[in-house]
Amino acid sequence: MLAYSLRRLLISVPIFIASTFVVFLMAALSGNPLNRLLAISPPPPPQTIEAERVRLHLDQPIFERYWNWLTGLFRGDFGPSVESTMDIGNEVMSRYLVTLRLVLLAMLLALILAIIAGVVSAVKQYSGIDYTFTFIGFLFLAMPTFWFAILLKEAGISFNNAVGEQVLFTIGDSSVYVAGGAWDKVLDTAGHMVLPTISLALLSFAAWSRFQRAAMLEVLNSDYVRLARAKGLRRGQVMRKHALRTALIPLTTVTALDLGSIISGAVVTETVFQWQGAGTFLLEAIRKDDVYSIMAWLVISATVIIVLNLVADLLYGVLDPRIRYA
Amino acid sequence: MPDNTNSDVSPVPTRTSGPEKRTRVEREFTVAERSQAQLVLRRFLQHKLAVGSLIVLILIILLAFVGGWLWKYGVEDLTGDHSQPPSWEHPFGTDAIGHDSFAQVLRGTQISIGIAVLVALFATIVGTIWGAVAGFYRGWVDTVLMRVADLVLTLPLLAVAAVLGHNTQGTWWLIAVVIAGLYWAYVSRVARGVVLSLREKEFIEAAKALGATDARIIFRHLVPNALGSVIVNATVLVAIAILIETSLSFLGFGVRPPDTSLGLLVSQNQTAVSTRPWLFYFPGLFIILIALTINFIGDGLRDAFDPQQTKVRA
Repeated sequence: MLAYSLRRLLISVPIFIASTFVVFLMAALSGNPLNRLLAISPPPPPQTIEAERVRLHLDQPIFERYWNWLTGLFRGDFGPSVESTMDIGNEVMSRYLVTLRLVLLAMLLALILAIIAGVVSAVKQYSGIDYTFTFIGFLFLAMPTFWFAILLKEAGISFNNAVGEQVLFTIGDSSVYVAGGAWDKVLDTAGHMVLPTISLALLSFAAWSRFQRAAMLEVLNSDYVRLARAKGLRRGQVMRKHALRTALIPLTTVTALDLGSIISGAVVTETVFQWQGAGTFLLEAIRKDDVYSIMAWLVISATVIIVLNLVADLLYGVLDPRIRYA
Repeated sequence: MPDNTNSDVSPVPTRTSGPEKRTRVEREFTVAERSQAQLVLRRFLQHKLAVGSLIVLILIILLAFVGGWLWKYGVEDLTGDHSQPPSWEHPFGTDAIGHDSFAQVLRGTQISIGIAVLVALFATIVGTIWGAVAGFYRGWVDTVLMRVADLVLTLPLLAVAAVLGHNTQGTWWLIAVVIAGLYWAYVSRVARGVVLSLREKEFIEAAKALGATDARIIFRHLVPNALGSVIVNATVLVAIAILIETSLSFLGFGVRPPDTSLGLLVSQNQTAVSTRPWLFYFPGLFIILIALTINFIGDGLRDAFDPQQTKVRA
């Protein structure tokens, strides 16, 4: 098990290098970071432009730039930003913490809902509740993240109006100033998180509940579940210990595969709710052709995905004794 | 059991087509002969939700491409009616400066569907050939081709599409190329899997034993048999591409004004959701309707091509 995880970790090193190289090439070749400087009128003196060119390493050949960036990473140096006052490392870390809060909570919510809906649908196949969940699943599968998020934002505003005070926040990840103690701060952050988390979670929920339903159905129709029932085990026990546990394995795989799209979804959600998270950090960087900021986002995203994949590997071990004892 | 078993092997007649004596002489019993395509079509037509979805989708496409052309207002026409709610004159209302929202939604639908179909077409053609070649030749060809596909799969789709889309200046077919350039790898994985299992089948071995060339095996035996999975995948890909394109346009890296797409319309009208809801709801509903119907059609096709997975019989 440990050896397997380690091997996967080692394989991800060349993949990491290759994919960062591709993105670096695309980002560096597709836009000119000096455009904004050049567009200023009256034009800045040539020395200023030249100095900026050197500061952003634009005078170096592209392969050298990539190599320097890669080796700089090991020293904790993410490279220079177009914004000369911004330290990319600090900025991306603090922004990513905000995003991670959203992503992890949304994943947790989506998983819980998907497991419940999937299992209920499978156990009560072709019943009214199964058709209802199926319909909801298909609907959310077809719904664009941004549209649903705006709708939720609107619902949040109506809710606040109905209650008569600001309970759910629709803009930002937290208030700039919160009166009171630590508890009020927690409440404030929670109030900001409710709507974005729901909007991000429900979209993953759609696909996952379908997977969970299919996996559960397959297990329920298998011989060992029939055997367990035949030898007189109680239905609830069979469901929990025999069926559900096996049926969670495909969901673990799908969840690990979907991590990238959840992080993409977070970019959209953050845009709608105007969070100062990693998603909006990335979009700003792209708009400014800020190559090193784009790369910083990519490196952190890749790290998050690799770590969460390791968690998924460990979960396989918990769920499947064949892996644990192999 | 399923109809894909040879009917002349089954002990009982599955369907008698009248008492013609002539056929009875030639065979033990009479069966209506059906081609693979007819079987698929029959199974698809039994999937009511899929057929209904297909009709709705065709209506939407007709509305967008024919209706958009016939409709009295163009996308850029200023009608003089400002912020009007839906009426017979403006079925989807008008925006603050007097654009007819119906005309805009139809134009957006044209662009969004156009991009999605192009993505599905590009990604399917490239991905299928890529995966089929890898699966058929195996060995180092497979290794090289699939490592390249894996590399593309590791790229964060939306981020890379935004980086590249940022510099397409909103040209619609370039956006399609960007999305397809990131999505073909998924298709190639599926195609490779199908080909890998097909190439071990007896009929391929038989063709080889008969001295068929590689090209003949690929185009006469592998491709037709892999077609089912490929078509189902391409269908679902259209729905995915619609959602990616609209997200990209929403974020400002896809289609740009003066042209429009459903995602861009939602983005432009997101502040109008409470004051002039018609501007926000209609483009969103069109996205959902298109993606939903395509998913249902994909479901119907999957059942039709793979009768073993379902209880729907022809």
